[in-house]
Amino acid sequence: MMSRLRSALVALALGLVAVPALAVQPDEVLKDPAMETRARHISEGLRCLVCQNQSIDDSDAPLAKDLRVLVRERLKEGDSNEQVVDYVVARYGEFVLLRPVFGWHTLLLWLSPLLAVGLGAFGIWRLSRRRAPTKAEGLSEAEAAEVEALLKRP
Amino acid sequence: MIVEVGHYALALALALSLVQAVMPAWAARSGDAALREVAGPAALGTFACILFAFCALTYAHVASDFSVQNVVENSHTAKPLIYKISGVWGNHEGSMLLWVLILALFGAWVAGAKASVPPVLRTNVLMVQASITFVFVLFIITTSNPFARVAPAPLEGNDLNPLLQDAGLAIHPPLLYLGYVGFSISFAFAVAALIEGRIDAVWARAVRPWTLIAWSFLTLGIAMGSYWAYYELGWGGWWFWDPVENASLMPWIAGTALLHSTVVMEKRDALKVWTVLLAILTFSLSLVGTFIVRSGLLTSVHSFASDPSRGVFILGILALFIGGSLSLFAWRAPTLRQGGLFAPISREGALVLNNLFLVAACATVFVGTLYPLLLEMLTAEKISVGPPFFNWTFVPLALPLLVIVPFGQALAWKRGDIAAAAQRLLAAFALALVVGVVAAALTWGGPVMAPVGLGFGAYLIIGSALEIWSRARGYGQSRTRDLGTTWRRAVGLPRSAWGTALAHAGVGVVVLGIAGQGWATEGLATLKPGGQVAAGPYVATLDRVGPRKGENYEETTAFLTLRTKEGDAVGTVETGKRFYPSRRMTVTESGLKTVGVSQIYASLGEVMPDGSIGLRLYHKPLVLLIWIGALIMAAGGGLSLTDRRMRVGAPVKARAKLPPAAVPAE
Repeated sequence: MMSRLRSALVALALGLVAVPALAVQPDEVLKDPAMETRARHISEGLRCLVCQNQSIDDSDAPLAKDLRVLVRERLKEGDSNEQVVDYVVARYGEFVLLRPVFGWHTLLLWLSPLLAVGLGAFGIWRLSRRRAPTKAEGLSEAEAAEVEALLKRP
Repeated sequence: MIVEVGHYALALALALSLVQAVMPAWAARSGDAALREVAGPAALGTFACILFAFCALTYAHVASDFSVQNVVENSHTAKPLIYKISGVWGNHEGSMLLWVLILALFGAWVAGAKASVPPVLRTNVLMVQASITFVFVLFIITTSNPFARVAPAPLEGNDLNPLLQDAGLAIHPPLLYLGYVGFSISFAFAVAALIEGRIDAVWARAVRPWTLIAWSFLTLGIAMGSYWAYYELGWGGWWFWDPVENASLMPWIAGTALLHSTVVMEKRDALKVWTVLLAILTFSLSLVGTFIVRSGLLTSVHSFASDPSRGVFILGILALFIGGSLSLFAWRAPTLRQGGLFAPISREGALVLNNLFLVAACATVFVGTLYPLLLEMLTAEKISVGPPFFNWTFVPLALPLLVIVPFGQALAWKRGDIAAAAQRLLAAFALALVVGVVAAALTWGGPVMAPVGLGFGAYLIIGSALEIWSRARGYGQSRTRDLGTTWRRAVGLPRSAWGTALAHAGVGVVVLGIAGQGWATEGLATLKPGGQVAAGPYVATLDRVGPRKGENYEETTAFLTLRTKEGDAVGTVETGKRFYPSRRMTVTESGLKTVGVSQIYASLGEVMPDGSIGLRLYHKPLVLLIWIGALIMAAGGGLSLTDRRMRVGAPVKARAKLPPAAVPAE
């Protein structure tokens, strides 16, 4: 939720005063609606590098605009969605992907939901295999005496 | 002068909270019962002192006392009064003061709730609570003093960030903190149980209302923040999986799990150790959230200042409380007697599944939020974890949860009959299917998940209604076909039953709202007066663009007329750009037109020199249901709290005075 605020702060820090509210500007939009939809889809997954956790589709930073234009240019030249993404990653690194790739370094990240469910299920299974609850044991002599004393208390 | 007295009151609160933390421990050692009783008055005294300090700071803000650093940095004489007040917590120092104020409020509340919490437990809870208060007040006094003076005093302040000058954001932090900090009571209960080595149904019954209070407020706080982001940030999203949002979502999920496991513990004397652990984890996540937001670790507007000494201090607090409580847990948990077991097909079985998926979802958000940070520290590799990751992982964990909600309610305790439960829910399945199919048929060719989502939402709402219905009808011999009897029985059901049904229906309403976003449409155009832009079934015409003046800003406003595609008038909507001269900042003010529970959302873009404007128009079907659903959930929590068994504080004392026979049976 704070992403736009951040870009506002970044803009302030850079000494830019006016903060435009729109990300995709009307002049950037491609004529072919299908291709524009593809461009938007790709943009949503690419990170604005000077913002925090904000996609280039939402950001009004100049660099995000450059990237949006770049994505659209690659699409016009006939690249597939994957080719466009690969092109951007080759230039800016994996950091640009909002959905991290699946690899050794992200194995734990991607497997965390499965691990959590698996560990939890294992725990529950262990618990359910435990012996039936110990029968309520009778009172020890000391406890019986204590009960007696409590009952007799006026 | 009043500022110095406020500062002094804060120091006094530090001393009092130390007394409150140490004396009961001393009393336990020396066996001095009178000493033990110090905890209650000390808690009230701490609260009074912090309240005074808070009022003193508020006074400085309202009176625009620019000899106080905090006021200079965050206030301005031209600022409207409401934002002068909300500006008190619209900055780091003030918001930490609000944090401890709420902490002390809960402490005083527990001290007053004499009838609902057993005395030894209460003293121990106050002791733990006071140690948290002590450390955080120490944090404020040493690193974040809101009462620091500045000399010479400037004539004018720097004003509050315009984005924070908003009614929604004025109440967002207090609500959120009531939630965050409220979980400190559950935490204190858990630690107190570990210290005492005793945990039972009485404990569960005593802790439940506090958890419910915290949960209800956190629900409201998150919803408020989400709605604020929706209308204030200018592009109509409602959840961004931002680290700061995740920081509030994690304690909410864990708290939801805690709420459910406490029910199992109260009713079935099971899941004891787990419930204690969950209570510790929930507040730990609140602390982690505070750390994330306050330390400036993940930069955003929430971290009003990034001072490393503060980050290190909070990290120390985290280590102390999370490390300390978990060590205590590891040491003492084995001594807690494990409770009874149960069959997997039962209400408690369903609640265990609920906990499994909630905790897994929480763990996923946790890992996703902190993984990039850890990876970068360990390998210097930089990756991003954004919304696509969370949508891919969180949603699959949430869906099974939604499926089991009505089942959990329909199954009996101890030994449930899944076939009978399914039979009872037959109407919910059928109607949900109808809703999904009709929605899919009406919007053929549209997104697939949206009708599925509508079906899920309908299933949850109808499932909750069926629960009330079948309980009112009765089972076995007491089953009735008479509508009058059913009605009387429904009215006579415990309020907590109604609260549960309401909260679960609220989840369904949220799901409907989220599903509706699958059909959201957007229009984007550069317009001159007279020009049009369409989104979904609506067309907006730009009437004119003109200036407008507010109390402390100047606005360029676009006036639009809305019509349906068929030409029927819908109304007008205004969106503008506000320029705040004090901060030289411009923010977009979106224009909203509500039609039923859907909204048309207009957002002004660039204003060109030739008088044309960039305009974005959205149609957001059912979007209001997202927040209405959250309100219903919180209302369900509130309704449960009015249940006889859940009242805390004064009402319980009043009841204690009555002879038992005078209490009407429920």
